[in-house]
Amino acid sequence: MSAFRDGVQAAIPALRRYARALTRDAETADDLVQDTLVRALRSEHLFHEGDVRSWLYTILTNLNRNRLRTLARRPAFASIEEEDVPGMSAPDSGARDIERALATLVDDQRAALLLVVLEGLSYREVAEVQGVPIGTVMSRLARARAQLKAYLDGERPPLRRIK
Amino acid sequence: MVDPDAPILEAELHAYVDGELTADRRAAVEAWLAANPQDAARVAAWRAQADLINARYAGVAQEPIPPRLDVERLGRRERRWPLLAAAVVAAFVLGGLAGWFGRETWTGGVGGTRVLTADAIDAHKLYVVEVRHPVEVAGNEQAHLVQWLSKRLGYDVRAPDLGSIGLKLVGGRLLPGASGAGAALLMYEGPSGERFTIYCSRSQAPGTALRYQVAGSVAAFYWVDDNKGFVVSGPADRDRLLKVAQSVYDQENAPSGKKPG
Repeated sequence: MSAFRDGVQAAIPALRRYARALTRDAETADDLVQDTLVRALRSEHLFHEGDVRSWLYTILTNLNRNRLRTLARRPAFASIEEEDVPGMSAPDSGARDIERALATLVDDQRAALLLVVLEGLSYREVAEVQGVPIGTVMSRLARARAQLKAYLDGERPPLRRIK
Repeated sequence: MVDPDAPILEAELHAYVDGELTADRRAAVEAWLAANPQDAARVAAWRAQADLINARYAGVAQEPIPPRLDVERLGRRERRWPLLAAAVVAAFVLGGLAGWFGRETWTGGVGGTRVLTADAIDAHKLYVVEVRHPVEVAGNEQAHLVQWLSKRLGYDVRAPDLGSIGLKLVGGRLLPGASGAGAALLMYEGPSGERFTIYCSRSQAPGTALRYQVAGSVAAFYWVDDNKGFVVSGPADRDRLLKVAQSVYDQENAPSGKKPG
């Protein structure tokens, strides 16, 4: 395999992790990763220099944004999260809480936060992936963290209480 | 650079948590946090969030990679379409209807390709049975047909030459399309009168690989590329339809709309 392909191959576990956290659905996440890989391999000739991994994050982030745009145009008939299940065992609650907390974030803020805290990208790399200035990345991070904190501290948005 | 005694701004607290600071700024922030418990608590909360996120998702990277994400396989498919299509067909046969369609929840479910293919197959069924008026503009006026459709739809519509696989252009028509943005339907006919259609419409769905769908006696291969969705429909004979779809795809992706080779 070429160095390019080796780079792509090596990035797959991280891409799956990022996609899973972005979408919070295993099947959707792997669909995203697959479409990302297909795009990348098809555009191999467009890739000259730089970090293959950042480039893949960029493709995946854009594909996810397109996916969400399409979802947004569809009339809303499904709730994003399942109803509370009383008596859920304690060990799961942390994982469930963070999933739900992430679900309340604006998409670009969620992506910025995950790229930094889960994927370990630098602010500069995230700015390139999202195609925005570093200052924008930092304000997305700040908003994401404030929102997560509010959610985890129990200030759930009022909508979430309506059954 | 900055006055060491100046209050630390929130932006710098984030940069501190994310390891973006130089050593001297890091020391300045640490001194600040030691004296400002409120900010120290915020920093601790952000770190706890990161820990929760990592506890929940870091393990995904350790999971075995599903075969459909194998780069070598995907790369081969990119170079050689027959292999891609064969793999799709194999997945279809092996996985069974439920499994295969089940995995398409988002490319199909988001109002993208599922609506597109349904419209295309409906149009196919409606018009291929027409004897006298299967098309609006006949294939012997191909230049006019292509120009007309391109003008109405606002993008280049091509009528691929499928003569090498024994298909002749019957002609085409303009359809409303799923979103009202319009769609082109091109019809081709084989030596024994069997008809194939190419349906082309704008699609905001993310690009997809080739996918296969059967609806009774009619089947379709479809894909989305460059904001255009293509559905190639015909009799439910996979191998034959695959050849047609492949030829359409190759010509769509050939430079300047000329036949490849």
